[in-house]
Amino acid sequence: MSHVELQHITKRFKTVTALRDVSFDIQDGEFFVLLGPTGAGKTTTLRVVAGLERQTQGHVLFDGEVVDDLPPPDRDIAFVFQQYSLYPNMSVYDNLAFPLRAPMRRMSEDEIRRRVYQAAEILRITHLLERRTSHLSGGEMQRVSLGRAIVRQPRIFLMDEPLSNLDAKLREALRVELKHIQKTQGSTTLFVTHDQIEALTMADRIAVLNKGRITQIGSPTDIYDRPATIFVAQLVGVPRINLVDARCDDGTISIIDSTVRLPKPVSGELPARFKLGVRPEHVQLHPQGEYVGELLLIEPLGVESILHIKVGKQSLVCTVPGMTHHKLGEALRFNLVRERLHFFREDGVRIQV
Amino acid sequence: MATIELRQVEKKFGQLHAVKPMDLTIHSGEFVVLLGPSGCGKTTTLRMISGLEAVTGGHIYLDGRDVTWLHPSERDIAFVFQFFALYPHMTVLDNIRFPLQAQRVPRDEAEKRVSEIVKMLQIEHLLHLRPGSLSGGDRQRVALARALVRRPAAFLMDEPLGALDADLRESMRAEIKRLHIANNATTVYVTHDQLEAMALGDRIVVMSAAEIQQVGNPAEVYYKPANLFVARFIGSPGMNLISGRYADGVVYLPGDNRYTVPESWRAPLAQALKDGEVIIGFRPESARITEDGALAARVYASDMHGAFNMIHLALGEESNIVNVRVDRWITYALDTPVRFDIDPEGVRFFDPRSEKALRRGGAQ
Repeated sequence: MSHVELQHITKRFKTVTALRDVSFDIQDGEFFVLLGPTGAGKTTTLRVVAGLERQTQGHVLFDGEVVDDLPPPDRDIAFVFQQYSLYPNMSVYDNLAFPLRAPMRRMSEDEIRRRVYQAAEILRITHLLERRTSHLSGGEMQRVSLGRAIVRQPRIFLMDEPLSNLDAKLREALRVELKHIQKTQGSTTLFVTHDQIEALTMADRIAVLNKGRITQIGSPTDIYDRPATIFVAQLVGVPRINLVDARCDDGTISIIDSTVRLPKPVSGELPARFKLGVRPEHVQLHPQGEYVGELLLIEPLGVESILHIKVGKQSLVCTVPGMTHHKLGEALRFNLVRERLHFFREDGVRIQV
Repeated sequence: MATIELRQVEKKFGQLHAVKPMDLTIHSGEFVVLLGPSGCGKTTTLRMISGLEAVTGGHIYLDGRDVTWLHPSERDIAFVFQFFALYPHMTVLDNIRFPLQAQRVPRDEAEKRVSEIVKMLQIEHLLHLRPGSLSGGDRQRVALARALVRRPAAFLMDEPLGALDADLRESMRAEIKRLHIANNATTVYVTHDQLEAMALGDRIVVMSAAEIQQVGNPAEVYYKPANLFVARFIGSPGMNLISGRYADGVVYLPGDNRYTVPESWRAPLAQALKDGEVIIGFRPESARITEDGALAARVYASDMHGAFNMIHLALGEESNIVNVRVDRWITYALDTPVRFDIDPEGVRFFDPRSEKALRRGGAQ
């Protein structure tokens, strides 16, 4: 069993407050991702869980017990960093065995060998065991660092942007592998990233962190489909969500500076002025579409194309599959998927409708 | 506007080729992207066009004029770098005006050009600020304005969006494309980001290991990659590639799978493949999971990307992973056995020894 809980954690460094009242819990076997921009407090949170940093207020609990006074080695955690931190002159085998050979572990060489081979198998690096780490590629090195965490069979894995130093292709492949390993091993993981696609694709749950506060905790679907604030809505999704000023009067919503009008959703109240959010895939071209706009720009990406459509003084971004045959300047008819619209107050908070 | 021609242009450092002899014609008004991983020679190529780097062989022509040995300032080319290179002690207005003063453009004309450019880039409100107080995006806008105001024959851009964060990159990318459509200036743009290349380029020059792998428009490099490198590099994720063995109209694939080759491909495969070894390629959106699919696999992982889901399938061993793009409501549990088909229009074949794509007669 490994269950981790943070209760009202606040962390102050002299004049700066890095974390403000951060609370969440990680279930046994869960892949939990902290997502946020640089400086949001992600790494500080990770260091508080590890015991490398002492919180100013609040408690950290492992399996229901307060571990605030437990030093890092006694917390039974394994850290995987962005930098590989391997011993270059040792073989891969010895790098993997190293954490197990700590005197306090008193582990037999047979047991060590068994665990190293098991981890190598999982990571498919058995063929590299005799090699020196200085002769490995970036992807192989990161696999070995993961292996070094896996052999310890810790209570929880703490991962600090472990994929961000790798090139795009390798990152894609390792993302899938890491998720597969985590799911098949059922290891409890706290993973920190600024990359929304890593968070969406790997997490069971995501906590969005902004300026030291948690903005929203939810499954990738919750975060993407029901963002709690404009900040979250803009943080996830590529291309970015369309966000336009809108007005509501007499049951009609109008996008300001445009020709787009639509009826107010039956349930819920809208203020006179608000922000309307529409994800690009919910602006849908249709020959009999309700609205019409002028095609401003086409960005063909291969699997899909991004179209920029001008409606009045506003422009909306929409995605269509494959390569498009539309021409610049062409009038395009489109619909907005009504049930997938997002409404936000002027201060950025989601309006439930 | 200008035509740029590279004839057998090369760059050697000692015995090492940074750029192998290369031919390339960039037409007047065209937006050409040099795309490749770091160290592929794309930036060196750009710097040779600009004159910042001397060639060790070949010739460069600008509108038919041999400029190979001309100083950068004599080439009528503007350079935009990844880092903004603005003068910190000057206001935005003075930064933009500066190249015109250096060129001794008459004051009236200069004022007119500056006001046009700042309006187009929507930076009128920044003119009296200094670069130090601007955001990254605004600084890059000012750098673009300063390049545009010169009205050079051609623009060279070296990863101009590389230093910006993801959001800003997305909006600046669209802005650069709009500027190009408005001005129609010949542009050579260097990036390692395939999405940026696809979004911006009229044509893309894919480079690797100091040479050109393929030159084509976005549709060509995406649907008809010339070789395995391009197939992997373009797309996110890249093309699915599985090794197999061809015999009598069937490719034998891992996991005891048999793929029936579309009629039009059989003759070219039989002809090109000496021992039958072949790599079959298809994009994630060209595969469809369906109960009566011809190929069998197990679900290795499945994940949500926002607007769509990606299902990762293991074909036989876990090292053969196939990515399939599906709608948002489709999910599978780990290890579920599934069957899938490949759209015959989307399938490609590669010779594993030459790494080159096989071609059907005629257009393909």
